[in-house]
Amino acid sequence: MSKPAYVEQQYEDIGQQTHSATLGMWLFLATEVLFFGVLFVSYTVYRTRWPDAFRQGSEDLELWIGGINTAVLLTSSLFMALAVRDAKRGHNGGVAAYLGLTILFGVIFLGFKATEYTLEAHEHLVPGINFSTIPPDETSKPPSQQHPRPEQERLFMLFYFIMTAFHATHMLVGIGVMIVLIILTRRGHFSPAYHNPVEIAGLYWHFVDIVWVFLYPILYLLRQG
Amino acid sequence: MNMTTAAYIPAPTRRKQLNFLNHDYRIRSWLLTKDHKRIALLYMVSITFFFAIGGAAATLIRLELVYPTNWIVKSETYNKLFTMHGVIMVWFFLIPSIPAVLGNFLMPLMLGARDVAFPKLNLTSWYLFIIGGAFTLFALLWGGVDTGWTFYTPLSSSFSNTHVVLVVIGIFIVGFSTILTGLNFIVTTHTMRCPGMTWFRMPLFVWGMYATSVIQVLATPVLAMTLALVGIERIWRIGIFDPAIGGDPLLFQHLFWFYSHPAVYIMILPGMAVESELITCFSRKEPFGYVFIAFSSVAIAILGFLVWAHHMFVAGISVYSGLVFSMLSMVVAVPSAIKVFNWTATLYRGSISLETPMLYALGFIGLFTIGGLTGVMLATLGLDVHVHDTYFVIAHFHYIMVGGMVMAYLGGVHFWWPKITGKMYDEWWGRLSAIIIFIGFNLTFFPQFILGYIGMPRRYPVYPPEFQFWNDLSSAGASILAIGYALPLIYLLLSLRYGKDAGNNPHRATGLEWTTTSPPPEHNFHTIPVITHEPYAYYLQLKENREEEPSV
Repeated sequence: MSKPAYVEQQYEDIGQQTHSATLGMWLFLATEVLFFGVLFVSYTVYRTRWPDAFRQGSEDLELWIGGINTAVLLTSSLFMALAVRDAKRGHNGGVAAYLGLTILFGVIFLGFKATEYTLEAHEHLVPGINFSTIPPDETSKPPSQQHPRPEQERLFMLFYFIMTAFHATHMLVGIGVMIVLIILTRRGHFSPAYHNPVEIAGLYWHFVDIVWVFLYPILYLLRQG
Repeated sequence: MNMTTAAYIPAPTRRKQLNFLNHDYRIRSWLLTKDHKRIALLYMVSITFFFAIGGAAATLIRLELVYPTNWIVKSETYNKLFTMHGVIMVWFFLIPSIPAVLGNFLMPLMLGARDVAFPKLNLTSWYLFIIGGAFTLFALLWGGVDTGWTFYTPLSSSFSNTHVVLVVIGIFIVGFSTILTGLNFIVTTHTMRCPGMTWFRMPLFVWGMYATSVIQVLATPVLAMTLALVGIERIWRIGIFDPAIGGDPLLFQHLFWFYSHPAVYIMILPGMAVESELITCFSRKEPFGYVFIAFSSVAIAILGFLVWAHHMFVAGISVYSGLVFSMLSMVVAVPSAIKVFNWTATLYRGSISLETPMLYALGFIGLFTIGGLTGVMLATLGLDVHVHDTYFVIAHFHYIMVGGMVMAYLGGVHFWWPKITGKMYDEWWGRLSAIIIFIGFNLTFFPQFILGYIGMPRRYPVYPPEFQFWNDLSSAGASILAIGYALPLIYLLLSLRYGKDAGNNPHRATGLEWTTTSPPPEHNFHTIPVITHEPYAYYLQLKENREEEPSV
């Protein structure tokens, strides 16, 4: 019994290979949930302890950038889903095009994110680098007219930067994976019989998207009503 | 194909057979191998190296404690020694020991597969292990780290001026090695079973490894992220766990033990997995209550996630959560006890033979029972307040980790050595060293129960002179234990050259790994086996023996 070239030697057939790879990705995503889980739990513990400081922290973020980015990332996930659909149908041209669009929207997201980081650096909000409880436009005023930030806002900003940077790192990895997939697609690697790599890359990208769906409300939306 | 009868076919004529060891001798064929059996051997060599380093640290600790003063090392050096001992032994020996060595070698063989599900990932795990180990070793050589293996904040984040960040990076990387190994085993168990290998026909070793892998996959990320936060806090001095800006050191302890308590089960479940194989083989019986043993592994894996705060009874958690965690901790004793009772019931009326692996297995039952019962004692709130952070705790977890896991690892290595290498070790030396290890172990650690109970705290090089008797007894035991550990290293290596050929199934054990040649061929089986009956069918052997013997 000879196997097609795309079935690796340890497997009996393509069904076993697909099952293994998909299960492996789901398990990997389970570990990712726990990775992010540590940050979510710690954030929640501190938010419960310092509600006012954390609310102030939320208000110092750029809500509009967060909002646009949410839309951008959800759209990229749509293109990813379309890429997977075309992969199943064997439309390799569509796969490459949709993966390209997914990457494009991912890059737009990262661009906005970088802009937001820059704005926050100008506001002296980066712990460990330039965090200050006195906003930069108030430093020249006499102390009686200043509105200092709560000391624990530093904790909020810390978690904001760690969580979003960790999320952005995941996006960079995803973009790298998709570039490889585009190259493989153009070389005719995939067919309706064998397209599982596109599908599990899709799982990963949707996961990264879902993480943001949780990050956006807890970081940006929990502010004064 | 009946797998038990296949085991009886005498080895074919002694032509030089190609196997996984001799098909290619080049270095790169080892360093770039995707063969799970070769990767297992890479791990075996690496963790033996780390065991020697961790053991050297332990030797210095025991030497220092011979006299109640700083007679060999300064207190600062002593702190670094026990930290090094803990870090190396936990992450670079115990956690990879049975899973990465025996698990890697046996999982595909026992399931009737050509390899694990992801061979390249498997090799990646080993490289991550080596890179993480290199970071850690480098930090230790460069001046060491003095926080204890637990890295409690704020000592680790604000006060220690040793190489915490380097060691934390090392453990972070080796954590990925653990995660990927666990992931590989779970997928392998799900998708790589040969035809007829249903879940309840899997060997109990596989069940144990499966439960272990679940913990590896779900707990290790928490440790990695928590240590990453400690590293970030140290590098940028920003105080995530620092009360000065509103952080909470207790949060670190919660997160750390949310990993590290399940990790204790990463360090015992594989031992139990090996134990089930050894006891059945040398009793020539089916295990008593296969399903109970299998599911008690899973139960331990699940309950293990719910008991972490019993490490923090005196750290300032509320009385009510103390009560709940105390109760939950006692619940873990139930599945553990099920295992001990079932092994004992398996021995009952079995045809017991005391080969070397069986000596280790019997030692395991006794030592694990002592370790487990003292665990129940520690789970009671009142007693824990008395013996918290004393040698009682040290003795308790060494009975589990060394008396349990290391005994099981050595038992497993002896049991499968003929399969791995194709050679038999010297049985006399094997039994002798098993007995030496058992005696040395008890002499080392039983006095520590007493020491702890009369009040000697852990992690101090200087102690009141009235504790010296028990400390000297313990150090004397440690020297016997060291001899016991050195012996197998010598005679196992000698067996490679002088050992008798083992044949396919020297222990007449059931299990697919014994149906293939020793050492196995590169792809394990010439044809993928088909399973037609449950595992541990030792009764089939008895029936055959009866048929072979002429009736009188």
